[in-house]
Amino acid sequence: MGPRLKLFFPLILFAMLAITLFRGLSLDPSEMPSALIDQPFPPFSLPSVNTGKSLSQADIEGQVSLVNVWATWCVACRAEHPYLRQLAQSGIPLIGLNYKDQDADAQRWLEELGDPYRFNIADHDGTLGLDLGVYGAPETYLVDAAGVIRYRHVGVVNEGVWNTILQPLYQELIVHSGAQ
Amino acid sequence: MMPEIGHFALIIAFCLTLMLAVVPAWGAWRGNATAMALAPTLAVGILVFVGISFACLASAFLQDDFSVALVASHSNSLLPPIYKFAAVWGNHEGSLMLWALILALWTAAVAVFSPQLPLLVLSRVLAVMGAIGVGFLSFSLVTSNPFARLLPSTPVEGSDLNPLLQDPGLIIHPPLLYMGYVGFSVAFAFAVAALLGGRLDASWARWSRPWTNIAWGFLSLGIMLGSWWAYYELGWGGWWFWDPVENASFMPWLAGTALIHSLAATDKRGLFKSWTVLLAIFAFSLSLLGTFLVRSGVLTSVHAFATDPARGMFILVFLAIVVGGSLTLYAFRAPTVSSRVTFAWVSRESLLLCNNVVFLVATLTVLFGTLFPLIVDALGMGKVSVGPPYFNAVFVPLMVLLVPFMGIGPLSRWKGDDIARWRSELIIPALAAVACGLTFPLLNAPYNIWVALSVLLSSWLCLGLAQDVWRRLRNASSAARGLRRLTPGYCGMLIAHLGFAACVIGIVATSQYSLERDLRMSPGDTQELAGYDFKFVEVTQVRGPNFIADEARVVVSRDNAIVTTLLPQKRRYLAGGSVMTEAAIDPGLFRDLYVAMGEPVGNDGAWAMRLHYKPLVRWMWLGAIFMAVGAFTSVLDKRYRGQRGVVHSDSKAALHGA
Repeated sequence: MGPRLKLFFPLILFAMLAITLFRGLSLDPSEMPSALIDQPFPPFSLPSVNTGKSLSQADIEGQVSLVNVWATWCVACRAEHPYLRQLAQSGIPLIGLNYKDQDADAQRWLEELGDPYRFNIADHDGTLGLDLGVYGAPETYLVDAAGVIRYRHVGVVNEGVWNTILQPLYQELIVHSGAQ
Repeated sequence: MMPEIGHFALIIAFCLTLMLAVVPAWGAWRGNATAMALAPTLAVGILVFVGISFACLASAFLQDDFSVALVASHSNSLLPPIYKFAAVWGNHEGSLMLWALILALWTAAVAVFSPQLPLLVLSRVLAVMGAIGVGFLSFSLVTSNPFARLLPSTPVEGSDLNPLLQDPGLIIHPPLLYMGYVGFSVAFAFAVAALLGGRLDASWARWSRPWTNIAWGFLSLGIMLGSWWAYYELGWGGWWFWDPVENASFMPWLAGTALIHSLAATDKRGLFKSWTVLLAIFAFSLSLLGTFLVRSGVLTSVHAFATDPARGMFILVFLAIVVGGSLTLYAFRAPTVSSRVTFAWVSRESLLLCNNVVFLVATLTVLFGTLFPLIVDALGMGKVSVGPPYFNAVFVPLMVLLVPFMGIGPLSRWKGDDIARWRSELIIPALAAVACGLTFPLLNAPYNIWVALSVLLSSWLCLGLAQDVWRRLRNASSAARGLRRLTPGYCGMLIAHLGFAACVIGIVATSQYSLERDLRMSPGDTQELAGYDFKFVEVTQVRGPNFIADEARVVVSRDNAIVTTLLPQKRRYLAGGSVMTEAAIDPGLFRDLYVAMGEPVGNDGAWAMRLHYKPLVRWMWLGAIFMAVGAFTSVLDKRYRGQRGVVHSDSKAALHGA
């Protein structure tokens, strides 16, 4: 290798880095659909946060619902919480997936801030989160009546997200399952 | 009206940076002295207009102008005025304005404080800084306009600044950090100007050295404040998390540390020229990369700003132009002939080379660890996170490797030295260091091998410095005269190296000797930790300007003598309803006592409480302050003040040479 060629080495390294970063941008977590879209919700057998009784994927089936991944250590979940309560009050079925958390902390949170969920799955070790490909809390999955994942939203669910993205899909699924 | 004036001033500043990037560069290329002479004026003009723009934004925050979207989403009328001001940079758009302001400040400083610089070099340096300014101001104007209005539906109240950021540490942390980040643009600009001019001699190193030292000092302070803030504000007692955003500030610091040492060799001996240029490019590139990582959302972090792929793309393109462009220039213009200056393996040059290798390896391991999740994701191999175990596993051996050389460094001679001389000078410090290292941990049972090692290394470093000072005084006719002969450059090195030693001891002692207890405490309970009795007296409700808090009163005593009363709080902020833990700390040179409140437990007034005992935790921050003070001191050295007359003819020669 000539002495001049050696000086191109940093440039080549940087080019590789830039390509990785470019890929990273297109992999933007909130843009990325889950690999599980249109796949059945992964099977699991985990206790309930509130009662400790065992829950499985069968408990999610039967109606169109939102599965919300949350944790007490997640600051954004706290911001999201009041809107989830509004949604629950308007009759949207919400299921909590308490991700990498302590039951005692989670119960205190629900007591303090109110419980919008029909039930809460206690995923202490994040195994179900791993199967779902959870990137971080909060995340929300739209699951149809047959237990198939239809949409994944990464980040906080607020009025804007609900009105523009989730509600249209939700209505569509309701109509669809009604027709079946 | 004010926001529009601010926006307009920003646009004018943008036009001026465009001129600064083009006109002096053209002048330097064509040998047009008039065009070159325009550069300093433009640089000052940019500072004036960015300053006006920043002032307009700040006044919108201070006057609660919620018609400005940024103010409405990051401020609140209840916020104390000082936090309203700090809220300006507590968000993406505003912090970008701070970036632009500080860049303008550095550019103008170079323009004003470089009278000894040949006009040709000055115009090239300022043009490069102007080009960087074009990138940042267009980023601000195109993707992140801080002056966007919410008209006509102006909210009556703002949604408040994130309570985590309502803190004195945060008022000064970002400005100091950015002073450091952006300051490396000066070294970068000097390096690129030297490459453009093709005159890679020792002079460019001498010119850029003081700027680089100042930037490095600010960066040290900025990182220190960030760590301190995390320590008392997050309520976990942790001070470093190897979080991507922390790494983003740490990588330029590591590369900058290599750079200031390599610059010393280039300045004094004309060695490592290409290498130093590369490091200057590297240090600033890492600052830009940090900006990309924080603002693009490619990595998840506790500190990340609101992210937006469009912004990420903009910075990536900017990064590609600046870094790719400068590295291309480097590949074509860096000298390939090895310098005629030679040095023996046993010499100060070799020791500086050791420093450079260690810090470069450290930078690359942190870079790799930070980007690893992204690389794995880009290759479609799933998602992983790299935690503290990886960073600690690589970092500790590197530092252990570094310090032995650091102890010899100040004593060593340029060009060639003698191992026998080192041995005779350093045998006493070495033995004393081993003695200190072995005995110190005996004071604190149980015996801890890591503390022993850190004390050994630090005392080796300090005693080596003491030996060197003594050697210098010994050779002087009187002690006073000897002290006077210690140059500011030497004193700066001394202070900074002592700071590093303090830092090492502080980090290791805190990590090894800290005690922590999570307890349920009812009013009246007393718990013991590290010989201190913590008595939980009561919880009262207190009201702050924009929050309500439960405040616990914890009386700390030792051997029945009261040491202090700590008042930790659990705050609920009125605007957002968010709950924050405000730890109470009794600081001390040798130990911190730290109490944070968890949640109320049960109905009898009991609380979950977290008690910490943190020995020597202050030493690492004091060490960082020492490093910064050392860097600032070194700048006072006479060698950086060029003699006007000589340089004047030099600049004329340079002009004709172009």
